[in-house]
Amino acid sequence: MDKRNAIEVEGLTKRFGDFTAVDAISFQVAKGEIFGFLGANGAGKTTAMKMLIGLSRPTEGMGKVAGFDIDKEAEQVKRNIGYMSQKFSLYDDLTPKENVRFYGGVYGLSKNRIKEKTREILKELHLEEVANKPVVALPLGWKQRLAFAISMVHDPDIVFLDEPTGGVDPYVRRQFWETIYQVAEQGRTIFVTTHYMDEAEYCDRVSIMVTGKIEALDTPEKLKEEYNANTMDEVFLKLVRY
Amino acid sequence: MQTLRYLIQKEFIQIFRNKALLPMMTLLPIIQLIVLSNAASNDVKDVRLVMVDNDQSEISRSLTRKISANDRFTLVEVSFSHDAAFELMQRNKVDIILEVPSNFEREYYRGETPKVQMLVNAINGQQATVGSGYLNNIIASLSAEIQRDESLVMSTSTPRATALVEVSSNNWYNPELKYPHFMAPGILAELAALLTIVLSAMNVVREREIGTIEQINVTPIKKWEFILGKLVPFLCIGLILVTVGLVASKLIFDIPIRGSLLLVFGYAIINLICVLGLGLLISNFADTQQQAIFVAFFFVLIFILMCGLFTPIESMPKWAQYATIPNPLAHFISVTRKVLLKGSGFWDIRWEFIYTIILAILFNVAAVWSYKKQQ
Repeated sequence: MDKRNAIEVEGLTKRFGDFTAVDAISFQVAKGEIFGFLGANGAGKTTAMKMLIGLSRPTEGMGKVAGFDIDKEAEQVKRNIGYMSQKFSLYDDLTPKENVRFYGGVYGLSKNRIKEKTREILKELHLEEVANKPVVALPLGWKQRLAFAISMVHDPDIVFLDEPTGGVDPYVRRQFWETIYQVAEQGRTIFVTTHYMDEAEYCDRVSIMVTGKIEALDTPEKLKEEYNANTMDEVFLKLVRY
Repeated sequence: MQTLRYLIQKEFIQIFRNKALLPMMTLLPIIQLIVLSNAASNDVKDVRLVMVDNDQSEISRSLTRKISANDRFTLVEVSFSHDAAFELMQRNKVDIILEVPSNFEREYYRGETPKVQMLVNAINGQQATVGSGYLNNIIASLSAEIQRDESLVMSTSTPRATALVEVSSNNWYNPELKYPHFMAPGILAELAALLTIVLSAMNVVREREIGTIEQINVTPIKKWEFILGKLVPFLCIGLILVTVGLVASKLIFDIPIRGSLLLVFGYAIINLICVLGLGLLISNFADTQQQAIFVAFFFVLIFILMCGLFTPIESMPKWAQYATIPNPLAHFISVTRKVLLKGSGFWDIRWEFIYTIILAILFNVAAVWSYKKQQ
């Protein structure tokens, strides 16, 4: 594995019976890169991502994340990655503070480190006032940002985001992407799936999946050039219609 | 180990924040104990009887008096017609028809052995056998009385029965035959097992439904840590429930506590671990809470019907008796009854301990094994 790469995938395949959800995809993601993972609904994005984060075993092919084999060393992979799912994944009946403490504890952070992290996260997200209210009372945008912060409570090298901005308003989306940039500047790799094509423009490189295969992979500029399009929206539509 | 602490802490916070759970742990067991211990009674109290007296003699009248004096029987009617009495049974108005044939008294004094006829509605087997047993006793005691009077009056004649063997019985461990004393410890065990199996089965599935389990699965948490993190809090709930139930049974029914409470709780811990392991095992195979509940109830129903709470295990067919060995509830009930009512010690309940420990290991290992972090 190239040391400059955070993720390397070769011929990764997932089949459910006769159905091939992910069909021999191959790509690399460099360290510190914001990598957009695009595709229509049901194209196999989430399945592919689940193999990368060790939630699903590949049927064929290999992949390395943070230097560890996604099949044989799934638990080591998990130590080095953060993940925020498209389903809201915090405990609704716990407060933001308790959520941070719980996930910090599960990742094996020390007591002091957990306290430090809690302070940091609450301050950064301006959640001090609601720190002791159950998460269920927070607006969706706040919850999403809290979930993002908590997915990085153990300072992982790579962060996987599965449609992190689904259902939130444009303002929160903008805020969210500002945070993503900040995180990337710290040297972390961001692997993000999205349906919003304007968000694709923010990525360093994007791949577009169509029925289980990666049909295009390049910087947004080069993709627009190649497909003779003005926006990523047009690129996407041209590819998906084929 | 540290991870486990945070898991348990989180679970406890959620339990105490759940408004429905605390009343479920305290109020429900008390209500169930009160209702079930009194209502789920095998005691045959109200046997309805119709007497067909074709003899109209002194003997038949004293039989009628004796029956109406017994508080286990309700004499619905004294009839002269067999058909009318049978009609009553058809309409489910009586359980037993007792028919005294005409010339009964005359035949008796003539030295013949006249017979009374007892027709028992055996749809409810228990009512039938126990009821007819009581009635037999009454008739036997009447005939003994008549013989005694007879020998006094006619001292010259030889008594019909030369030696009567009398069986005197003593009810040990529950001398007053108080039904709640027998039922309450069993119901207590049943409640603890039922609530914990359902709660644990639903809990993990709920995390699956809301998606938090996916978040847990991308952490480096170990499978046994996760299962143990679920088991410990529910074990505590189960023990609280047993305690509440025991205190309630003592206060309400004044059940005897003859054995060691430590032994009861020691066994309860093992039993709850066993039942929780099964609950967690079920939850690993269920995608929704409904599925989990249905599967849990499948087991709970079998456990309850075959645990010896309502029907004694000894009177089941042999195969069914063996089938109670993997039934943790049967062992729990056996232990609570033995220790509380009989004052049994550890040695008397060693088999219950051994079977339950084996089951606990099996269920929990299976639960850890079948919990998949990776699909």
